Amino acid sequence: MTALRNVAAIFGKEWRHYFGSPIAWVALFVWTLLFGIFYYFAFTFFLEQSMRVAQQGMEYGGGMKLSLNEYLIRPLFHNMAVVALFVAPMLTMRLFAEEKRQGTIELLATSPISDLQVVAGKFLAAAGLYALMILGGLVNVAGIWIYASSPPEWKPILTGALGIFLLGCCFLAMGTFVSTLTRNQIVAGILSFCLFLGMWTLGWADDPMGGPVSKVVAYLGITTHLEDLVKGVVDLKDLVFYLSVVTFGLFLAHQSVESQRWRA
Amino acid sequence: MIEVESLTKRYGRATAVDGVSFRVEKGEILGFLGPNGAGKTTTMRILTCYLPPTEGTARVAGHDVFAAPMEVKKRVGYLPESPPLYPDMSVRDYLDFCARIKNVPGSERKTRLAEAIEKCRVGDVRNTLIAKLSKGYRQRVGLAQAILHNPDVLILDEPTAGLDPKQIIETRELIRSLAGSHTVVLSTHILPEVSMTCGRVVIINKGRVVAEDTPENLTRRLKGAGTIRLEARGDDAAILEAVRAVPGVLAAHARGGHDGAVIVDVEAEAGKDVRAELAWALVTKGHALLGLQQMGMSLEEIFLHLTTTDAADAAPDA
Repeated sequence: MTALRNVAAIFGKEWRHYFGSPIAWVALFVWTLLFGIFYYFAFTFFLEQSMRVAQQGMEYGGGMKLSLNEYLIRPLFHNMAVVALFVAPMLTMRLFAEEKRQGTIELLATSPISDLQVVAGKFLAAAGLYALMILGGLVNVAGIWIYASSPPEWKPILTGALGIFLLGCCFLAMGTFVSTLTRNQIVAGILSFCLFLGMWTLGWADDPMGGPVSKVVAYLGITTHLEDLVKGVVDLKDLVFYLSVVTFGLFLAHQSVESQRWRA
Repeated sequence: MIEVESLTKRYGRATAVDGVSFRVEKGEILGFLGPNGAGKTTTMRILTCYLPPTEGTARVAGHDVFAAPMEVKKRVGYLPESPPLYPDMSVRDYLDFCARIKNVPGSERKTRLAEAIEKCRVGDVRNTLIAKLSKGYRQRVGLAQAILHNPDVLILDEPTAGLDPKQIIETRELIRSLAGSHTVVLSTHILPEVSMTCGRVVIINKGRVVAEDTPENLTRRLKGAGTIRLEARGDDAAILEAVRAVPGVLAAHARGGHDGAVIVDVEAEAGKDVRAELAWALVTKGHALLGLQQMGMSLEEIFLHLTTTDAADAAPDA
C-alpha cells in the first residue's frame, strides 16, 4: 500500500513536471503532427491505389477492394515507430540526470522510499505520457469510421497501437537507465538515442540465408516483434519479448541508482 | 538517540571520515564543527543513509543505518548543504510532494504542511515558484521539508550558510525551539554559531574527532591552548621557581601529583615552544623530569583555522 502510494507520488511529480514544462506539450505536438502528416500520406497513397484497382476492375472486370488495414493503418504504425525512436529520449533524458544535477536525488535517497519505487514512478510517468500521445494520434484513425463506406477492422488497430506502445516502453525503460548514468541531460539524450538506434538496427540482421547467429540477433531487434502486432496477430512471444526488455531496462536503472551510492 | 561507533568512510584511497565515534542524547542539539572538507557532510550523509559506511556502525533511534535504512529514513529529517529543491514547483506543491514521499498520512498532511510552513515562515511565498525564491527563502523551504514529517532526529548541514544576519538569528531561534522534542545535529564551520545554538560540540578535523565537549568548556580549553603540562620529581617551590625563570613562560601552577611527583601546568607565550628550555632548566637544577606534554595544540590550530577562515569562506559561498 505504501509502495503504491510512493510510486504514485513520484508519478504525480513527474507528470506535473512534464506538463508544467514544455516537454509534454512539445512531445504531444510533434507526435500528433507527424501522426497527421503520415496519416495524410498513407491516405492519399491508399486513394491512388484504390483508384487504380477500380480502373483495372472496370477494364478487365472483377476488381477488388483494398484493405484499409493493410494500406493505411500498417504503414502508419510503422512510421510512428520511427517517430517513437526520436521522441523517447526527449521523455527520459531528464528523469534522473536532472535530479542529480539539482541535488534533489539526495532528497529522494534519504526519504523512506525505495529506489525501485522511484524508478517505477518515473518510468510509469513517461509511459503514461507516451500512452496519451498514442491516444491523441488514434483520433486521426477514428475519422475513418465516419467516412469509409466499409470500415476497417478495429482489432488490428488496437493491437498495432499496443505494439507501438510496447515498443516505446522498451525505449523508455532503457532511456530511464541511461539517464541514471550521467548528470547531464544532453549526454543522456544522445546516449539514449544511440542505444535505441542500436536496438532498432539489430532487426536488420534478419537474413533468410543467414545462419543461427543472424537469426538470434534479428530476434533481439526491437522492430522484429512489431510486425505481427501491427498485422493484428497477438503472439505471446512478442509480448514476452517487449515486457522482458522493459523489465531489463528497469532492472538496470534500479541497479545503477543503487550502485552509485556504493561507489560514491 | 544517535550512536556512532568508529565510523570510517573511504573514497577510493582518500579517507573522508576516520574512526569517528560520538553519541547524541534525546532532545540534545549537537554541533558538528570543523573546517571545510573535515568530513562533516560525509558523516551526515552516512547518518541519513545516503552513503553506506566503509567501516563502523551508526545507529539512529535504535536502528542501524546499514541494516534498517528505511526505519532510519522514517525518523530522520535532513537538510543537505544545498537544499534539495525542484525549481519548477511552487513551495506548496514541493512540500506536498515531500510529505507524500515521507509517508505523512493523508489525513495529517494538511496540518503538518501548515505547521511546517508556519514554523519556517514561508507562508508568504507558499504559491511562489521555488526558482524565484531568494537564497534565504530556499534555505527555509529546505528546513520546512526536513521538519515536515515531525522526525525524531534532525540533521542539518550548514543550515545558516548563505543567509543574512537577521535570517541567521531567526534560523538559530527556530533550531533552538526544535530542541527537546527533536534531537538535532547541525554542522557549521562558524565558531560563534555553535556556542549560540548547541548544547554540545564535536570538533572534527581531517576525518577525526578532535574534541567533544560543551561550548563553555571548549572555550576554556581554548584559552589554555598554549599550555604545557610537565611532571617532575622534587621540591614543589623549587620546580615552580625554575619553570618561571624560563623565558617565554607566562605563568605556572602546581597541581600536585602522586608518588612524590608534581604536575605543573605551564602557560607559555602563544606560538612559542618552550619545551626544550623547560627540560633543560629542570634537569640542570637537579630535578627529575618525568613527563612533558603539549596540551590542546591541535584544538587551537583548528579553532584558529575556523575563526580565521570564516570570513574568507563566507564570501565565495554566498
